[in-house]
Amino acid sequence: MFRAAVYSVKQAFKQLIRNKNMCTASIFSITSMLLILGLFFILIVNINLLATTAQSQFDTIQLYLEDDLGEEGIYEMENEIQKISGVDTVTYINKEEALVIMKSRWGNNGYLLDGLESNPFPNSLEIKVTNLEDADSVVARVKSMNGIEDIKYYQSIVEKLLNITDFIQLAGMILIFVLVIISIFIVANTVKLTVTAREKEISIMKYVGATNWFIRGPFLVEGIIIGLIGSGVSVAIIDFLYKKITEAFAEEAFVMFSVELVPQEFLIHHLVWIFISLGVGIGSLGSILSMRKFLDT
Amino acid sequence: MIRFQDVTKMYGSNVGLSDVNLSIGKGEFVFLVGPSGAGKSTFIKLLLKEIEATKGKIFLGDTEVTHLSNRKIPKLRRNIGIVFQDFRLLPQKTVFENVAFAMDIIHMTSRSIKRVVPQALSLVGISEKANQYPHELSAGEQQRVSIARSIINNPSVLIADEPTGNLDPDTAWEIMRLLIQINLRGTTIVMVTHAKEIVDKMEKRVIGIERGKIVRDDMRGAYKYHV
Repeated sequence: MFRAAVYSVKQAFKQLIRNKNMCTASIFSITSMLLILGLFFILIVNINLLATTAQSQFDTIQLYLEDDLGEEGIYEMENEIQKISGVDTVTYINKEEALVIMKSRWGNNGYLLDGLESNPFPNSLEIKVTNLEDADSVVARVKSMNGIEDIKYYQSIVEKLLNITDFIQLAGMILIFVLVIISIFIVANTVKLTVTAREKEISIMKYVGATNWFIRGPFLVEGIIIGLIGSGVSVAIIDFLYKKITEAFAEEAFVMFSVELVPQEFLIHHLVWIFISLGVGIGSLGSILSMRKFLDT
Repeated sequence: MIRFQDVTKMYGSNVGLSDVNLSIGKGEFVFLVGPSGAGKSTFIKLLLKEIEATKGKIFLGDTEVTHLSNRKIPKLRRNIGIVFQDFRLLPQKTVFENVAFAMDIIHMTSRSIKRVVPQALSLVGISEKANQYPHELSAGEQQRVSIARSIINNPSVLIADEPTGNLDPDTAWEIMRLLIQINLRGTTIVMVTHAKEIVDKMEKRVIGIERGKIVRDDMRGAYKYHV
């Protein structure tokens, strides 16, 4: 078993060196396939993160209260809302707190708010719902209460966002599937060329009594090596690109959408294993497919 | 050693072999003669299980070839050495590697390869060419390499498919002497040939095939001798 493996690896390297050009072509095709896949992966994980953050940010309902509703009234209302099914927590935010929060959000420009003569913010209650789907019924119940100036919630936005995420995920999956199939055929053709070049040798091997796995071994290893190199190169490129992307856009993304990008280490850590298994899988499947007809008898 | 029982092989509506009954004993030296397309190649292919018999049973020793699963075909072939008219050596491998390659296949250690290959090369008389490539050798020398490869794993049967077809008469006789020598060590030899002179001089068993049928089987035969 061990000897057979050593033999296969030795032969595979000899073949790779002998067919440098075809090998480079297959490595190139696997690399470009994985690169497209990697970009989709980056897109998907970031949109997923965006969707989760958005969901946690927007699963709240803001109740702006009329100023003449006293502390007591607010306390009563808070208790009543707490009893509605689907409500997770209710938090009271008074005018002063609201002003402080806004100042901190505006950051360096916060001083602009110092010029205000009176505090324009209303007292408010922030309702968190356990499930986004419950938001509608909660809002309907709350609407009938007295002392409410305005109600704000973002269910429709979040739902749209989630729909887009689902769509991108599905499209990504289909695209990746198609790309994987294409790559398998490209590798299969490369290996088929080396197999055809060695058809005579294979037929002699069969006459001398070589098992199919013995004949297949070197070609299988060849496919695996092509896959490994392809995935290595694409991981390196993605790593480099994503570093540049995060450096350039992380701050803008945070300011504009108040979301963060998926950290580079986390992304690459996952991508390495996905790429290696895909690369090796494509390489070995490609070579096994290409040998089928030569090993019939 | 080799036994065919009522073996028929059809290629569509064409007859490859029809109702062949034949038995070749251990250590025999047999010539298989007949015109092209008579069924000699079919006989060899059936024995190697390259093709399936339409009807009948084939045995090699105690093994029923016709019943063998695909997985066991390699084992069967390790027990049959083959020499071809066109030698079928691997051009990018040296003489030594061409022979060693047959041992690689059955996972022999490189130590035993280094020990056994030179013995085989010296048996066929080309020890000094071990590191040369096939294209640097004469036809006769190439055939010696292919014989060394065919016997390296001690097969019980050696099939020679027109081994002298590409050789001049003198070289052909050198190869024949080598085959006799191998036969004397106990290996059964089946030689397919058109070489009348060789068959006549050797006075060995001659089996004639025509249109898929055995038309003669003489214990000490000549090439054209119909009973």
